[in-house]
Amino acid sequence: MPGAAQLSIQAECTGSAEMALLRVQGLRKRFPVTSGVLRRRTGHIHAVDGVDFEIEVGESLGLVGESGCGKSTTGRMLACLDEPDEGRILLTEDDGSEVDIAQLDTRGMTRFRRRVQMIFQDPYESINPRRTVFETISESLGIHRMGGLRYREERVSQMLARVGLTPPESFMLRYPHELSGGQRQRVAVARALILQPQFVVADEPTSMLDMSIRASIMELMSGLARELGVAYLYITHDLAVARYMCDRIAVMYLGKIVETGRTEQILSDPAHPYTQALLSAVPIPDPSLPPPELRITGGVDKAIDPPPRCRFLDRCPQAVDICSTADHPPLQDTGGGRLVACYLTTDREG
Amino acid sequence: MAEKLETASEVDQGPQTVGGIGGIGGGDGVAGVGGGTAAGGGAAGPVVTSYGSWWRIRLSLLRRSVHDNWVIFRRNRMGIAGLVIIGFWMLMAVMPSLFFATGFWNRAVYDPVTGLETDPPTRTVIMVERVTDPRTEIDRRAVLMDGRIPSDLGLGDTFELPLQPAPPNSRHWLGTDPLGRDVLSQLMHGARSSFFLGILAATVTVVIATLVGSVAAYYGGVIDSLLMRLADLLIMIPGLALLIVIGSVVTFQLWHLAMVIGILSGFGGTAVVLKSQALAVKVKPFVDAARVAGGTGRHIVLYHLIPSVMPLSVLYMMFTVTAAIQSEAVLSFLGLLNVDTSWGLMIQLAHTQGYLLQAGEFWWLVFPAGLAVTLLAMAFFLLGRGLDEVINPRLRRR
Ligand SMILES: Nc1ncnc2c1ncn2[C@@H]1O[C@H](COP(=O)(O)OP(=O)(O)OP(=O)(O)O)[C@@H](O)[C@H]1O
Ligand code: SF4
Ligand SMILES: [Mg+2]
Repeated sequence: MPGAAQLSIQAECTGSAEMALLRVQGLRKRFPVTSGVLRRRTGHIHAVDGVDFEIEVGESLGLVGESGCGKSTTGRMLACLDEPDEGRILLTEDDGSEVDIAQLDTRGMTRFRRRVQMIFQDPYESINPRRTVFETISESLGIHRMGGLRYREERVSQMLARVGLTPPESFMLRYPHELSGGQRQRVAVARALILQPQFVVADEPTSMLDMSIRASIMELMSGLARELGVAYLYITHDLAVARYMCDRIAVMYLGKIVETGRTEQILSDPAHPYTQALLSAVPIPDPSLPPPELRITGGVDKAIDPPPRCRFLDRCPQAVDICSTADHPPLQDTGGGRLVACYLTTDREG
Repeated sequence: MAEKLETASEVDQGPQTVGGIGGIGGGDGVAGVGGGTAAGGGAAGPVVTSYGSWWRIRLSLLRRSVHDNWVIFRRNRMGIAGLVIIGFWMLMAVMPSLFFATGFWNRAVYDPVTGLETDPPTRTVIMVERVTDPRTEIDRRAVLMDGRIPSDLGLGDTFELPLQPAPPNSRHWLGTDPLGRDVLSQLMHGARSSFFLGILAATVTVVIATLVGSVAAYYGGVIDSLLMRLADLLIMIPGLALLIVIGSVVTFQLWHLAMVIGILSGFGGTAVVLKSQALAVKVKPFVDAARVAGGTGRHIVLYHLIPSVMPLSVLYMMFTVTAAIQSEAVLSFLGLLNVDTSWGLMIQLAHTQGYLLQAGEFWWLVFPAGLAVTLLAMAFFLLGRGLDEVINPRLRRR
C-alpha cells in the first residue's frame, strides 16, 4: 500500500524514482566552548563533523543517536535555521537541477521555505501561546500571501480534519493552553504540512509526549507522508521509533554518521559496534532478532576538539590497534546499500 | 488509513476535554480558566462556521482573554484599590463638564483659571489695635489684609472682613484660593491634566520601549549595541534634574513634559527590561517555527516578539504614569511648567502667596492637591502591581 502511493507521487514530482531530493555533503558545524569568568574560548564542540547522506523523494530517513551527538544541529542546518561551517546541502528543484541552499537569494529562499518544513520536539514551546490554532497553522499561508481569509480558513479546516482534530471549527480558535500535548503536536504537524512541503525535518516529535499518544502521532505522520509524498528526516534517539517510521536509518555518534542502511538491514544485522550496542539497549520483542549480547559503558562524551582517532574508541568493546593509531574510519560501502565507518568491517571486506 | 486516524484522534481527545472544562491547561498566555468558556459545551466558545467578519471573531477572542485575565486580577487587593482610586479621579475629571453644562456651576465663578468669587464670605473683625511700623509708617495689618481694612477705623470698631482665600463653604466645597478661585474646580481640572500627561507619557514609553527592546533583541549586533548604549546614557541621566534644567531654559508645555518623560523612560530602563524579555522569547522554538514558515525579521518582531512583550510593557506603562504625575507636581511647584491648572500649580500658588507655612490654618490650599498627587500616583503603581500578578505567571496563586 505505501509503495504504490509513493511511486505515483514520485512520478508526479520528478519523473525519476532514483532522484535524490536532498544531498548533504561534508556538513560540519562547530560551537565555541568558553570557560571561566573571562569566557575565554577554550575549544570547539564538533557538533556535526563531516556528515554525508541523501534523501530520496518521499523517503523517510531516520537519524538515530544518543543525546548530544548532533542530530538536532544537523536537522536545523537542513531547515536553514543554522548555517553550516562547512559542507553543502543540495536540494533538487522540480526541473531536476540542484541548488546549494547556502547560495539561495531572497526569492530562492522563499521557495525553499515553502518546500522544506520542520516539526519541533517540544509541542509546548514550539507554538506561540498567544496565537490561536488557526493563526498558528495559517501563519505560513499569510507569510507567503496565499489566498484570502476565507481560503485560509478552508485550508486550515481541511488540514485540522486531516491531522485528526475534528470537528475543525471547535479547534480553530482555541489557544494552545486549551489543547493536550498530543493535540498540540497535531497542530504542529498541520502547520508543517499546510504548505505541502516536499521535505520535513521532524526533530523527535514524539519524545516529549505521553507514551499512550506516541503511536497515534507516529501513525499520523507516516500516513500523511505516504498520502502527500513528503520526505522526512526523522530524528530520534529510539531505534524502535525509527524502525516504525523510517525506510532507511543513519546512526550518528559524536558528530559522525557511523552506519547507514535500510531499516531492516540495520536492525537485523547491525554492522557497527555502536549500532549493535544501541540495538542491545532496545527491548525489541521479536524472537527472530539476535538476543542482546553487547553492552557499552560510559555516557556519551562531548566532541570537544576530538583527537584524530575513532570517535567510538573509548567505549568500543571490539577495538583493535589501528583504531587508536589511524583517524576516524571513513564510511565505506559494505554492500546492499549499507555504509559503515569501522575498521573491523573494512578489514572484513579487504 | 482513514479509520486508523479516527481512532487515533479519539485516543488523545479524551483527556483534553476534561482538561478544558476543569481549566487545567496552563500556557503562559491567557489564564487556564479560559478553557471553561472555550470548551465548555462548545456552544459558548467562538466557532468559525459562518466565516463571519474577522473583527467579530477578534473581538470575541479579546473579550474572552479580558474576562480570563480579570478573573486573576480580581483576586489582587492592591490592583483593585488602584483601579478604584483611578476610577474616582476619572469621575472627578469629567465632573466639571457636567457641572458647567447643567448650569450647576457658573463659569464666571467656577472657572479654574479665570473664575472669581465676587461675593466671598466674610468674618466680623473687631479692631483692637493698629500696628504701625515706626520706620515705614505703614500699617502692617492693613498690608497683610491687602488693603481691605478701611483706614478710618478706630479702635473697638467692627467691620466685615471678606475672606480670600475662603475656607470650605456651601458655595465652594473646598474653599477658594488666594485669587478667589474655586479649589474643587481646580482639583478636578488638575485631574484632567494629570491623566493627559500620565497617559501620553506612558503611551510614548510603551511604543518606544517595545520597539527598541524587540528590535535590539532580535537583530542583535550593531543595532543592539547602539540602542543599548543610548539606553545606558538615558538611564544615567537624573531625570528630574534634566527636566528642571530644560524647564528653566525653554517654556515647558504639558505635552513637552509627557514626551520627555516618555522618551527617557521608553529608551532607558523600560527598553532594557523589555529587551531581556524579548530575548527570552526570541530563543523559543516557536520563533524558529516562524522562520521555517518563511517569516522575515520584521514578521517575527511584529507578530511574535512585540505581542509577547506587550503585557509587560503595559505593566511598565503604569509605573511611567506614576513617575509622570510626580514629576509634573515637582515642575509645577517650581514654576517651570506652563500649564493652566494642575495640582502642582495649586501648591505653588499657596507657596508664592505665603500660605504654605500656615498649611494648618489654610489646609484647603495645600492638602487636597497634595493628597490628589499622592493618591493618583499611588493608584497607578497599585494597578501596576495588580497587573503584574496577571502577567507574571510565577506570582499566580493557583
Ligand atoms: N547553539 C549552541 N551553542 C553551543 N553548543 C551547542 C549549540 N547547539 C548545540 N550545541 C552542542 O552541540 C552538540 C550537539 O547538539 P544537538 O542538539 O545537535 O544534539 P542532539 O543529538 O539533538 O541531542 P538531543 O538528543 O539531546 O536533542 C551538543 O554537545 C550541544 O551541547
Ligand atoms: S573503528 Fe575500532 S574503535 Fe571504532 S567502532 Fe570500529 S572497532 Fe570500535
Ligand atoms: Mg535534539
